[in-house]
Amino acid sequence: MSSAGRLPTGGRIDRARPIKFSFDGRSMSGFAGDTLASALIANGVSLVGRSFKYHRPRGILSAGSEEPNALVEMRAGARREPNTRATSVELFDGLQAQSQNRWPSLGFDILALNGLVGGFLSAGFYYKTFMWPAAFWEKVYEPLIRRAAGLGRSAGAEDPDHYEKSHAHCDVLVIGGGPAGLMAALTAARSGARVILADEDFLPGGRLNAERQEIDGAAGSIWAATVAAELSSMPNVRLMRRTTVFGVYDGSTYAALERVNDHVAVPPPFQPRQRMWRIYARRSILAAGALERPLVFANNDRPGVMLAGAVRSYINRFAVTPGQRLAVFTCCDDGWQAAIDAAAAGISIEAVIDSRAEASPALGGELGKRDVRIFRGAEVIRAVGSRGLQAIEVRDASGRISSILCDALAMSGGWSPITHLTSHLGGRPVWNESLPAFVPGTLPSGMSVVGAANGAMALARSLAGGRDAGASAARDFGRSASDAPLPKADDEPATVRALWHVSGGRGPAFVDFQNDVTAKDVGLASREGYRSVELLKRYTTLGMATDQGKTSNVNGLAILASELAQPIATVGTTLNRPPFTPVSIGALAGHHRGKDFRATRLSPLHEWAKTHGAVFIESGAWLRASWFPRPGEKDWLESASREVRAVRSAVGLTDVSTLGKIDIQGPDAGTLLDRVYCNTFSTLAVGKARYGVMLREDGFVMDDGTTSRLATDHFVMTTTTANAVGIMRHLEFCHQGLWPGLDVQMTSISEQWAQMAIAGPKSRETLARIVDRQHDISDAAFPYLTAREITILGGTRARLFRISYSGELAYELAVPAGVGNAVAAAIMEAGTDLGIQPYGLEAMGIMRIEKGHVAGSEINGQTTARDLGLGKMMSKKKDYIGRVLAERPALAAPDRWGLVGLKPVDWTTRIRAGAHLIPIGAATTTANDLGYVTSVAFSPSLERWIGLGLISGGASKHGTRVRLVDLLRGSDIEAEVCDPVFYDPKGERLHG
Amino acid sequence: MRIRCPYCGERSNDEFYVLGDADALTARPSGENAEAFHEYVYQRTNLAGLHRELWYHSNGCRRWLVVTRDTRTHEISDVTYASKRGEGEAA
Ligand SMILES: [Zn+2]
Repeated sequence: MSSAGRLPTGGRIDRARPIKFSFDGRSMSGFAGDTLASALIANGVSLVGRSFKYHRPRGILSAGSEEPNALVEMRAGARREPNTRATSVELFDGLQAQSQNRWPSLGFDILALNGLVGGFLSAGFYYKTFMWPAAFWEKVYEPLIRRAAGLGRSAGAEDPDHYEKSHAHCDVLVIGGGPAGLMAALTAARSGARVILADEDFLPGGRLNAERQEIDGAAGSIWAATVAAELSSMPNVRLMRRTTVFGVYDGSTYAALERVNDHVAVPPPFQPRQRMWRIYARRSILAAGALERPLVFANNDRPGVMLAGAVRSYINRFAVTPGQRLAVFTCCDDGWQAAIDAAAAGISIEAVIDSRAEASPALGGELGKRDVRIFRGAEVIRAVGSRGLQAIEVRDASGRISSILCDALAMSGGWSPITHLTSHLGGRPVWNESLPAFVPGTLPSGMSVVGAANGAMALARSLAGGRDAGASAARDFGRSASDAPLPKADDEPATVRALWHVSGGRGPAFVDFQNDVTAKDVGLASREGYRSVELLKRYTTLGMATDQGKTSNVNGLAILASELAQPIATVGTTLNRPPFTPVSIGALAGHHRGKDFRATRLSPLHEWAKTHGAVFIESGAWLRASWFPRPGEKDWLESASREVRAVRSAVGLTDVSTLGKIDIQGPDAGTLLDRVYCNTFSTLAVGKARYGVMLREDGFVMDDGTTSRLATDHFVMTTTTANAVGIMRHLEFCHQGLWPGLDVQMTSISEQWAQMAIAGPKSRETLARIVDRQHDISDAAFPYLTAREITILGGTRARLFRISYSGELAYELAVPAGVGNAVAAAIMEAGTDLGIQPYGLEAMGIMRIEKGHVAGSEINGQTTARDLGLGKMMSKKKDYIGRVLAERPALAAPDRWGLVGLKPVDWTTRIRAGAHLIPIGAATTTANDLGYVTSVAFSPSLERWIGLGLISGGASKHGTRVRLVDLLRGSDIEAEVCDPVFYDPKGERLHG
Repeated sequence: MRIRCPYCGERSNDEFYVLGDADALTARPSGENAEAFHEYVYQRTNLAGLHRELWYHSNGCRRWLVVTRDTRTHEISDVTYASKRGEGEAA
């Protein structure tokens, strides 16, 4: 096993559990408890990827989710996942990772030439370089940019894993499991409050695992493990590891992503890969910690240059070292700790360079005794080396430049509180000059911020802040927090003097590593007029892409402020939006993908239709029987035509269960119906059905259907399938919002009743065989538009309506949904010798066009009752919704598009819905457009193509000829405008 | 967003359907005045501040609610039944 970088002892890793993995095809080994990044360091890998624009060699900058450089492609095949941060990937057996954005190989990248051709890709390069000619964009520039500046490749195959969504409620959500978060959670939990602690790491403790401070006289990591164990054991606590709270939403709602099985090669059976949580928290305590800022100097992106806090993480937590000869460059006290920790681990310290002349002599501690070279008031002006760090150039307080050999450099520009979640509802962080950093401003309601996230950078203060916030939350719920003493810890020195940019070195000084934005780019953007932080971001791409500027934003805007000679507080910062770290689309979709994107609704007669070989079609959420093919039939048209002939000559049965059905009861039921329908229902006799049309308040038609009166105070309404939900909501609004004084109640019974139409000259004869004898359904006793409750098949309750959509003698029969299939089967059996056939949606559509009935294509939200030939239904004797605005002059204009029938002059010619109506001899222009074809069918009864359409002037155009022009399909067909009722215009057949 | 339905308790806004200005929508004019209906159907104030709006608890109790929401912060200060408004009035 190669373990160039592994220290012989220490670390929170399990050396008894070695783990095999591969990087760019090379087999490597690490330990349980490693991240991919720490395992790569252990294997001596320092070059991990190539940068976005310049293809510069890059290594590992950080030890957390803020990583801008070490992005890899994880896994292979359908599980391949691009742009994954090696620093947050938990190592597992069989892990495969590939470096990305290199061509042809990581070590030798042809496009690294980008880095040599100077200003070609500088600030605003998209806007400047690729301006002209426009045609070059698609063919030359875009492919070039994509090849040159890309991130990883997606899998290109369906994700084989499952993703879940869950909801959780709690009193206190603690975000972050470092010292402040653990203390807050523990205090709140001991009071009895329901607590969720979410931590993005797989090991709770935060910086306690990366540093060596003691709590209660033992290592901080031990205290963290003890507290985590206590929290895990408490029934009122959910400790969520590997869980990132990535968004804050209205109403104290928090979104979190739990990486349930990202740390194994393949999720175990029946387990999700990731789980999206929606957490409703009465209070939240943000303890997200802080992010260390890099220092901006020439070639600061060389592999081996690392954040000082990350160096400490790798040494203390993972027992790996990024180098054998370490130098430290800092502008704050905290940077010194990296040197002290590294020295304790036996690593040679080449130099400590502190930009502050006044840096305390006490900071080095034991370092002085080891002959470590210490520079105060000095700066690293340049890193030397290409694929790995070889030396640094240091300019000392006197201005003399010397070179120091080293293979790793720890840098610290101070720490910035992670205020991201405080901004998701619009709160702006405020600049604190003494830190110096942005600290939380206006907080989301119910949130408090503790620890480093609130600018409390030292340990004892963090613990105290956590305890106070936990206790305060507990008190908010009337609970008393225990007064257990605060764990004993010290505050480490934490003074800082900002150092935003070191000038004078030769080479690019990177501000944003992920987007290859340099200090020079920021200066250029400012000189070109991009002086607001928001514009700076868009122009230079500073702070974009997967890391959203976690390590670069503050440096970038500080440099902008200095260019503008303005205080940072005036320049301000961009606002963070969710998500805090990238979230895969799979996790957001959860189970809602493919066929499960939405629920499929099956009619209560689905089994019956399936038995008869129905071809189903998706209609909204429904699966509806479209036609019932028979052997030898070549297409749907042949089957549907045969079904139509069966209905018109004998009898057919179809499923109309998907219609909306609303039960309306109460003394004022008739009054409500009078107000929502344009025609009158209060006068409808008990036992009768009536066709009704509803308008919207703006005067256009909303819906139509049949409503029947079963008793004086009891109506049953049907709506179209598509509007079932909307009409129910509308009726409730009319009742509760407009006329709450009406004594009426309603409920949807769409799901409770199976409904079927039995249509055709032999429908009565068929039905008579299943209707119980005491119910007379003869024409005299049960005439057209009768609606009654009856029993069938020896006592099964049913509702029978004599209504007709097909134009034939017909009935609709409603039975309780559970017996629907059985009743349909019984009717089919009863009608066998009469020639009964099942018919589907297509046949129903053909027959309604033959009869000129309007449907969704005609009730399209732009047609009035008059347009549809239903003007006579609009009552003059009562008020109803839509009455006044339907009388607006424009809605009654004679040239409005009205419903007509259309017959192609050549009866064999197929016509198409959507064709526009153009006068004979006129040019095909929008100005000459008279209307369009809404519905077409081949009529088996008339043996010709027929259509319905809307034409300017409506019925006044009967007898004229027009062209049906379909520019999309390239047809131009002459047709005659006629009455929309093609079949049985006198309506004699339904009275049979 | 969470809405405290007076009947069902606090629920996610996923369960609701939103319609708009409660006071405008429930002030349906009577009579023949087309101008009044034009105001009623089309004219709305787009205000920044406290807004009384209609929400329908479609996946719950099916009550129409008047939710008082600050359009600047989404903070909800009051939820009542829409039908309360007219209670006691003649139909
Ligand atoms: Zn409710």
